[in-house]
Amino acid sequence: MKYLTEFRNGAIAQRMAREIQAIVTRPWKIMEVCGGQTHSIIKNGIDQMLPACVEMVHGPGCPVCVTPLELIDKALAIAAQPGVIFCSFGDMLRVPGTEADLFQIKGRGGDIRVVYSPLDAVEIAAKNPEKQVVFFGVGFETTAPANAMSVHVAKRRGLSNYSLLVSHVLVPPAIEAIMSAPGNQVQAFLAAGHVCSVMGYWEYPPLAEKFRIPIVVTGFEPLDLLDGIRRAVLQLESGRHEVENAYERVVRYDGNQAAQALLREVFDVTDRTWRGIGVIPRSGWRLSAAYRDFDAEERFQLSGIHTEESPLCHAGDVLRGAIKPAECPAFGKECTPRHPLGATMVSSEGACAAYYNYGRFLSAEQLAASGAGLTTRQAAGSRA
Amino acid sequence: MTEPNGAPDFANWTCPLPLKDYPTIVMGHGGGGKLGSELVEHLFLPAFRNPELENLGDAAVFDLKPGFGPSRIAMSTDSFVVQPLFFPGGSIGELAVNGTVNDLAVSGAEPKFLSVSFILEEGFPLAQLAAIVDAMAHAARIAQVRIVTGDTKVVERGHGDGCYISTAGIGVLRPGVLVGPDRARPGDVVLVSGTLGDHGMAIMSVREGLEFESPIRSDCASLHGLIADALAAGGHAVHAMRDPTRGGLASTLNEIAAASRAGVAIDETALPVRPEVHAACELLGLDPVYVANEGKAVFFVAPEAADRVLAVLRAHPLGADAARIGHVTAEHPGMLVARTAMGANRVIAMQIGEQLPRIC
Repeated sequence: MKYLTEFRNGAIAQRMAREIQAIVTRPWKIMEVCGGQTHSIIKNGIDQMLPACVEMVHGPGCPVCVTPLELIDKALAIAAQPGVIFCSFGDMLRVPGTEADLFQIKGRGGDIRVVYSPLDAVEIAAKNPEKQVVFFGVGFETTAPANAMSVHVAKRRGLSNYSLLVSHVLVPPAIEAIMSAPGNQVQAFLAAGHVCSVMGYWEYPPLAEKFRIPIVVTGFEPLDLLDGIRRAVLQLESGRHEVENAYERVVRYDGNQAAQALLREVFDVTDRTWRGIGVIPRSGWRLSAAYRDFDAEERFQLSGIHTEESPLCHAGDVLRGAIKPAECPAFGKECTPRHPLGATMVSSEGACAAYYNYGRFLSAEQLAASGAGLTTRQAAGSRA
Repeated sequence: MTEPNGAPDFANWTCPLPLKDYPTIVMGHGGGGKLGSELVEHLFLPAFRNPELENLGDAAVFDLKPGFGPSRIAMSTDSFVVQPLFFPGGSIGELAVNGTVNDLAVSGAEPKFLSVSFILEEGFPLAQLAAIVDAMAHAARIAQVRIVTGDTKVVERGHGDGCYISTAGIGVLRPGVLVGPDRARPGDVVLVSGTLGDHGMAIMSVREGLEFESPIRSDCASLHGLIADALAAGGHAVHAMRDPTRGGLASTLNEIAAASRAGVAIDETALPVRPEVHAACELLGLDPVYVANEGKAVFFVAPEAADRVLAVLRAHPLGADAARIGHVTAEHPGMLVARTAMGANRVIAMQIGEQLPRIC
């Protein structure tokens, strides 16, 4: 596949890993913000290729993971109502709410449909005028334009039976919150390529300057990630703190202007609760006054939502990069993808699920013995 | 499992806890992953327990009358609820015949007789039923099986999805063949008879309206001929066979690793995947190793016979893209480990329920 396979070349990847090895002199902690990048790093074993002193810290960029529990519970309550068709991206169906997940609501008779685009949900609304159709609009700046487009189209077509249950979150305020947190150890960021394809990277230079951190806009394929990491290490080693674009084939400084204009029309910036982290000021979007009629939270008056997180789950520490998934006491014991306690164990982009699915519960000896030439440092680094 | 008064007796389940996580059936119970296995392990097996079932092979193998002649019998059953009913490369009709034929064939049997049950929804067009039946007859001729008995039920409009089909089949075990999911041994070579994920992505592409320059076609085919050739070439060296349908290659290899108490190691770069299937998987955020096949078989073969069996597979029209994809190891028993293109290792776990498309 053009633009894909050439960025998965194992020989070039090995060479890039050796380059990073050659330039690094001190330990560094680099955070990849985006869950898609975490998934790719773990799936491809990029972390196993890096020198011991370059540590990747997995950030809070999985939309499934940071969607607040209260909103999941609201989704469950709406989806269970008769006369509602509840549409969602597939990942959200297994996220545990306080008492159930969307799969179970579906099993009990809720009309829940997996769609690939919110515009499909708008079509469902057009075809089912007697039903209330709700789309679960979660995610970062990446998924926001399509969600915004869906209410824009619904309004233009006069579809009064369509609404959006919104919990959009934004990357720059999350970087600010992580850097400002006491005890922060992150020294550089890989910014999420897909977010920047929409938003550009004009929001990042003030952050790089304020916290004196390198920020490298990075893609998702193995060579993209290694290039992003290499550039971050080069900056760290030479004491620079600039914003760099290592994903030039997709991302421009200004981003997608048409999408940004639509986002400004449809959404207002608001404070948001991040699951496992807490409230981050001005860190999300809600529907603007002009589109308030399409807000599912306004349309369905929900009361009696009582949320309760599992006391065993340390997802918040994982999302802040304070601990690795395998360091959580419940990891692989009470909490598995089969029975997730927190959202980070659900989505394939969640750091805990990525660790679990790709065998980070195995001892390094077991993995090394399978004949795949792990180095001693990986043997020491991975946990049983 | 059922009390005389008809109420299910949850207390007597051998291990009710894993099932009580999901007190109602969810789609994942039918997804070919862990939830389905738990249903078998904790509900069906305890209720029906007997030696023939316990093997949990694709077909049960038994003597109809011990001591009565040399032939052993294999029996299997499968239900088909696919939507859409017609798709590029086949229909529910071919699937219903080939699915049961293949389950018998990978058990080492020569498929002989099938039964078929139709559950039809009121209002279902007769022309479509005729097309399905025609496809079944054609598939049965190719597979050299006879459909010898059947049943038809009609449910009210809204209570079915047009047409569901259930087939059961009986085959005669090929003499001298000894295969089973528990017979893989360290050192065995893992072969796959062709490209992965064609059927699943053909269905998904139609459902999601994805269009490619050349449409993805289902690989739906009966494998009895290909398997007969492989067994003729490999004989006792063929230790295990399975057709990786729901849950894909990953589930099949995990099941054999678990049943054989051995590890399976595969090389990701050796997996045959069509470019258009790969592209569709990328678009939808799916992994081809978890996607269903309907005309592929996986073979576990002793190393000395592996090249011979691979050559025979490649000479067969259904095996042109056959490949050596890995081996069995004494390490990491019960686990499937893949070496990535980057040279790193990752565990490929059994999936929980259905493979979920990612958000972004």
